[in-house]
Amino acid sequence: MDLAQRLLDGDRRAAARLITLIENGADGVELELKQIYPHTGQAHIVGITGPPGAGKSTLVSALARELRGRGKTVGIIAVDPTSPFTGGALLGDRIRMQELSTDSGVFIRSMASRGALGGLSRATADAVKVLDAFGCNVILVETVGAGQGEVDIARAAHSTIVVEVPGMGDEIQAIKAGILEIADVFAVNKADKAGAERTVMELEMMLQMNTRPGAWFPLIVKTVATSNKGIAELADALEKHLRYLRDSGELEQRLRANTLRELVDAAKEEFIGELWAELSQRDLATLTQSMLDHHLDPRSAAKELVRKFRNGS
Amino acid sequence: MSLRGLEEEKRRWEGTTLKESTSRFPERKGEFRTASAIPVERVYCPSDLPSLDYERDLGFPGESPFTRGIQPTMYRGRFWTMRQYAGFASAEESNRRYRYLLQQGQSGLSVAFDLPTQIGYDSDHPLATGEVGKVGVAIDSLEDIEVLFADIPLDAVSTSMTINSTASTLLAMYVAAARKRSIPLHRLSGTVQNDILKEYVARGTYIFPPEPSMRLVTDLMAYCAEHLPNWNTISISGYHIREAGSTAVQEVAFTFANAIAYVEAALEAGLKIDDFAPRLSFFFNAHNDFFEEIAKFRAARRLWGKIMRERFGARDARSCMLRFHTQTAGCSLTAQQPENNIVRTALQALAAVMGGTQSLHTNSMDEALALPSEKAARVALRTQQIIAHESGVANTIDPLGGAYFVESLTDEIEARAREYLDEVEKRGGTLRALEAGFFHREIQESAYRYQKEVESRERVIVGVNSFQTEQMEPIETLRVDPSIGQAQAAKLAALRQRRNAGRVKEALERLRDVATGSENTMPAIIECVESLCTLGEICDVLRSVFGEYKEVMIV
Amino acid sequence: MKERRKIRVLIAKPGLDGHDRGAKVVARALRDAGMEVIYSGLRQTPEMIVETAIQEDVDVIGLSILSGAHLPLFSRLGELTREQGLDRVLIVAGGIIPDEDMPAVREMGIRAVFGPGSSTTDIVDFVLSNAPQDKG
Repeated sequence: MDLAQRLLDGDRRAAARLITLIENGADGVELELKQIYPHTGQAHIVGITGPPGAGKSTLVSALARELRGRGKTVGIIAVDPTSPFTGGALLGDRIRMQELSTDSGVFIRSMASRGALGGLSRATADAVKVLDAFGCNVILVETVGAGQGEVDIARAAHSTIVVEVPGMGDEIQAIKAGILEIADVFAVNKADKAGAERTVMELEMMLQMNTRPGAWFPLIVKTVATSNKGIAELADALEKHLRYLRDSGELEQRLRANTLRELVDAAKEEFIGELWAELSQRDLATLTQSMLDHHLDPRSAAKELVRKFRNGS
Repeated sequence: MSLRGLEEEKRRWEGTTLKESTSRFPERKGEFRTASAIPVERVYCPSDLPSLDYERDLGFPGESPFTRGIQPTMYRGRFWTMRQYAGFASAEESNRRYRYLLQQGQSGLSVAFDLPTQIGYDSDHPLATGEVGKVGVAIDSLEDIEVLFADIPLDAVSTSMTINSTASTLLAMYVAAARKRSIPLHRLSGTVQNDILKEYVARGTYIFPPEPSMRLVTDLMAYCAEHLPNWNTISISGYHIREAGSTAVQEVAFTFANAIAYVEAALEAGLKIDDFAPRLSFFFNAHNDFFEEIAKFRAARRLWGKIMRERFGARDARSCMLRFHTQTAGCSLTAQQPENNIVRTALQALAAVMGGTQSLHTNSMDEALALPSEKAARVALRTQQIIAHESGVANTIDPLGGAYFVESLTDEIEARAREYLDEVEKRGGTLRALEAGFFHREIQESAYRYQKEVESRERVIVGVNSFQTEQMEPIETLRVDPSIGQAQAAKLAALRQRRNAGRVKEALERLRDVATGSENTMPAIIECVESLCTLGEICDVLRSVFGEYKEVMIV
Repeated sequence: MKERRKIRVLIAKPGLDGHDRGAKVVARALRDAGMEVIYSGLRQTPEMIVETAIQEDVDVIGLSILSGAHLPLFSRLGELTREQGLDRVLIVAGGIIPDEDMPAVREMGIRAVFGPGSSTTDIVDFVLSNAPQDKG
């Protein structure tokens, strides 16, 4: 069974299965990813993040419909946290995307974060590649804005939308979450609620203080996702940002930086994998014990470990 | 004896007689709690009610604070209304059932609609597949309503309709049917449930988002205040909140949170409190925990009166009276040994009567298996009649008033419900709390806890987790003829052929304009109904203007 | 990188009924048993359910229905799952399904029905021991 070929031929089940294999870290998945890699790099990848309750899923759903109206095929990846206690997850984003579920131009996948943030961004990035190779023109990656995980995903995305809602406290939520810097576009959702103007103003002020001259000045779009207001403007903003990336040469730069990072990350993993396979359990136990006894600090222990590996111990 | 003396005496008893007994025979559990997890003491004494003030806290029936009942004579004057929720398949069949129930001594009609009718789809809509006529009667147009109420004196019966997101349209049809029979509108009496907020929280038959839905609710209230003075414009329902798994306290608190939102919306729409408040009615659940349920009804009456007086400045005593319908708890019925459900229902019904309900529906024993059969529905009605005529409980008012335990529970439930209401306030009011999933989260938490208690057998359900029998004897259940879907579709097709297409289009256009603007929607909906627009057509217009709601998923 | 395989379950409510207490309690119990539960909510057509099952690559579909519309909806769902080659997916149902409908319901591909009074422990156990094991 050649999943990669089937998915390149447009088989939805093959795409779905490959994402499962990626999530499971299954054997053989590298081979499949290798096959699809030449077919990636086509899609506009958009990260969407913001605090819980900001209406992200509804916004993603409305945006997807708008993009479909513009003739684009859309992939959606909705990431929710795995429960640290049970390892399970409840993924409810599709509730707000029901009308998309039978549109053959849309592919939606719910993903659980499954532990470490590094793991989250890696599996998500690979799932994005699957949908890219599958032929989705735009891929929307929705995550709950909680910090580092989003920054990782923003690096893999071309454009990032940060969703804000008015009246959720005195402070812009993104500042609290530390994700202000990653926004290319702000969507002030639920803009029919009191305080929307104020939120927009605060964002503008903040951006004026923090944006380098000559750099992309993030766009702010007011939306009411439940009634489709501002959604066309949001899609326009994304197009504008993509155009800017291309025209300014920043796209090229970003891609280069991303690719390098991917290479380094992959190399790290390769290396660690090899290290793990080669290491003797006894060495590990000895070094751990030295650290426990506080004779050796972690860094020195690690150096020792690498040294032993090099010498082929 | 003084309260302090009594306390001392109680301690003495605990140290001697009680201790002697428990040292030899320990109690069944270390801790006793009600179904809503309120701790229950071993025995209650006057010292458990140290601040009870009879005048202030209990009063007399028909007078503030209405703890003991809202009428001066209660069931000594007239029994509660025995109102069995019923409606099956076609309008013709339901009409036969209604006439049968009226003949059997039932005093009011209660109409159940099928799900397409409740969610605003015509019977031939793809989403209606398999649903037509299933949980109630299928209504597509005025013609169906006319058949439904044929030969039933609309000016002499009171009709309760369990209908929410499409309440305006169904009431419009009722009004149009009465007009065609030249019955003056002020003679119509009955209730539409019209409680959209609990649909979002618990029952799920919503269509539009909360804000336009609230407008439809207040439009209906305003229309009735002017034209149908004897119509209960809303039945604010804790029933479904409880069915969704809430505790008794949450049932009271969340129902009142919704009620407060309606009152505020009506005030904002320019209505005066004492003009509409007397027409607000409520709908509660009667669950298993006997005393807790009785206390719940009493606490709800007292709390509602206070909210109306203190928060909304109501002057009219009728504005402060909590009038409510009760239904026994559907979720307490078991599929295992279904006959046991008769006993459960009887106990729940007894609690509702001891709690002073105005009307009552008793569930049929087979409802965990299928729609009720005629025999099961009859036993359910007979249960109420036995309570009314044979048990003697209806001969005095609030028979448990003054019982230390019940008074203490009443205080506790009122206090806990108030805490919840304060919490809702802190979250920016009902609509905000709803949007943030506050009610969903609280209810789901309780539902999950309940399920876990049943599974650990901390909570015994007879026939389910204890006292099981191996073999289940089959009982006779009702089946709905699946051809009803086609029959309704054929009727619709014929109607669409026959009616005046120009008039239909015009009425729908008019409705669209009204919905887009801010005028009261009721007259335009009545015009649509009289022009033989279908329910689905009317709701499609409103959907296109108002948008559709999607549920909140809270983990 | 060992053993990250998780059982993925789709919980959906076909038809129009809004009683989701059972569906949500079961969703949570499965989550607490370490599964990934996709909850797609109310008012799902068979087409929506099957397409979602494909995209989410689930091992199990759990359907909850109390309105009495189960026969036509399950029948269509059975057709679609066969058409789409989802034969390996374990399909279970909960809600009010009369005994006399059980043979027909099984024929439509529903492997088990958990009626009122079922324990979530039994449901979890059933899913754990019957979910397909053949991937990743």
